[in-house]
Amino acid sequence: MRAAFADRNFKYLLIGPAIFVLLLIGVFPLVYLLIVSFQGITMTEVSTEFVGGRNYAQLFDDVRMWEALLHTVIFTAIALPIELLLGLAMAQLFLEKLPGRQIFIALLVLPVVVSPIVSGATWSLLFDHRFGPINQVIGWITGNDTAILWTIKPNLVYPAIIAAEIWQWTPFMFLLLLAALANVDKSQLEAASIDGAGWWRTFFRIVLPAIWPVMAIAILIRGLDLFRLFDIIWALTRGGPGTMTETISMFTYVKGFQQFETSYTAAVAFLVIILLSAVVMLALKRVELAR
Amino acid sequence: MMTIKQRATIRTALRLVAAVVITLIFVFPMYWLFMISFKTPEEIYSFPPKWYPGQIHFANYAVLFKDGDAKTVWNSLVVAGSSTIIAMFLGTICAYSIARFRTGGEHLANWIISQRMIPPIAVVFPIFLLFVWLHLVDTYIGVIILYTAFNLPYVIWMMRGYILDIPKALEESALVDGCTRWQVIWKVVFPMCRAGLFATAIFTFVFAWNDFLFALVLTRSEATTYTVQITHFFGGQSNFWAKISAMSVLGTLPIFIAVAFMQRYLVRGISLGAVKG
Repeated sequence: MRAAFADRNFKYLLIGPAIFVLLLIGVFPLVYLLIVSFQGITMTEVSTEFVGGRNYAQLFDDVRMWEALLHTVIFTAIALPIELLLGLAMAQLFLEKLPGRQIFIALLVLPVVVSPIVSGATWSLLFDHRFGPINQVIGWITGNDTAILWTIKPNLVYPAIIAAEIWQWTPFMFLLLLAALANVDKSQLEAASIDGAGWWRTFFRIVLPAIWPVMAIAILIRGLDLFRLFDIIWALTRGGPGTMTETISMFTYVKGFQQFETSYTAAVAFLVIILLSAVVMLALKRVELAR
Repeated sequence: MMTIKQRATIRTALRLVAAVVITLIFVFPMYWLFMISFKTPEEIYSFPPKWYPGQIHFANYAVLFKDGDAKTVWNSLVVAGSSTIIAMFLGTICAYSIARFRTGGEHLANWIISQRMIPPIAVVFPIFLLFVWLHLVDTYIGVIILYTAFNLPYVIWMMRGYILDIPKALEESALVDGCTRWQVIWKVVFPMCRAGLFATAIFTFVFAWNDFLFALVLTRSEATTYTVQITHFFGGQSNFWAKISAMSVLGTLPIFIAVAFMQRYLVRGISLGAVKG
């Protein structure tokens, strides 16, 4: 009896500190956020009087906020499929034996561990209109001196940011999909080949279902990361020109820490959490992360 | 008519060419960053740009140390290092409890991993207000608390997986031999999942080390991390490429070295343990 009692205490003692920290930093802020979002605090207004749903009503008329949300969706919708397909193609390329395979893979994974702010900085070096190698190479191809303003011209900022994003995270997809492809049952592939199934047929009937669980997790992790896209854009364009590349994370930052619209920012942040939670819950139902 | 062997050789050769081209494309940005950091200012601002430095030149790094910018790398080391140690300890004992005693059941485990998915921008705003009130803005302690909390779900989740991988029998026999429950954790569990602990710690460190948004919001000058400092070198009219590149290399090189030793655990680490690799 005594031993069982001690066990129960012990197991709660072990999780206690971690749960305390998580509640302090994970749950308290959310509750506080919710309260503040119904108040009217701004840079000049410090009164904590409740103003009802005014901040939430304001959200619906805030064109800049909806645009920021749209930009976030655009970045995600373009970058994610490209990263996935490119990563899959690369995984296929490196699946079979190849001289120096391990060295190639070791080099290819480097972008994944680089700080996004560093990769943003690196790409602004590469995109520099005068001293960057990208314009130089384009110059070689076209034969003229090229001075394209990649991070300033409205029609080029999206390709520029997406290029940096793809460079950094395609290797993530590549690594996960390579591991998944390596685990596909070889005997099934052999059986398919004996039956005379073509490459595409084999891929869609056998390979894809086998790697789907991993693929789904990769998509989920990257999708969530893309939704909070901030660092790379901060280094490359700061959301510019104007607010053309401003994501929802950047918009929230500007409202809260540059314009000090405290209560309104809380409402925006809460909206972000609700949107994201809905997506995550839908996604987690389809993805088996817990094993 | 080609033999099957010849065809296989050609196929491998083509794949090798493709592999080299792709790898060069992905490595090139890093090469450029490192290369710029070794150029003299005249070389950096020469037109057309040169693809290699005239000679390896360390003055850009010397300037970082002279101007005190390098202190931000030290700040990053302090906050990322401390938060990693704390998160690893708290997270691993919590993971042990969840893995072995099923504390809190599935709900607790799911709640913990869902904490990882909350977008930082939404959490950082109320935390900033809290930290202003507690006078924790721009202090090591403030940043360490935040990084610890941010990384805890990851540590718990990963360590739970690693602990589930090791057999329970050893712990039971240690208990029978008269070890206390704490001794079991110290002397049996930690050594048994040493590789997992090490891999998880590296990733935890990298997440904290690479963070930008939290540091941007919660530091001013005293606790500024290297990622925030890099953005200070972006000017309105011109960018200080020498400093940007040298600082970026200082921040990136340690991670490359750490990850080189972690190749085996990389896939498991970045996939939140979903892929054992």
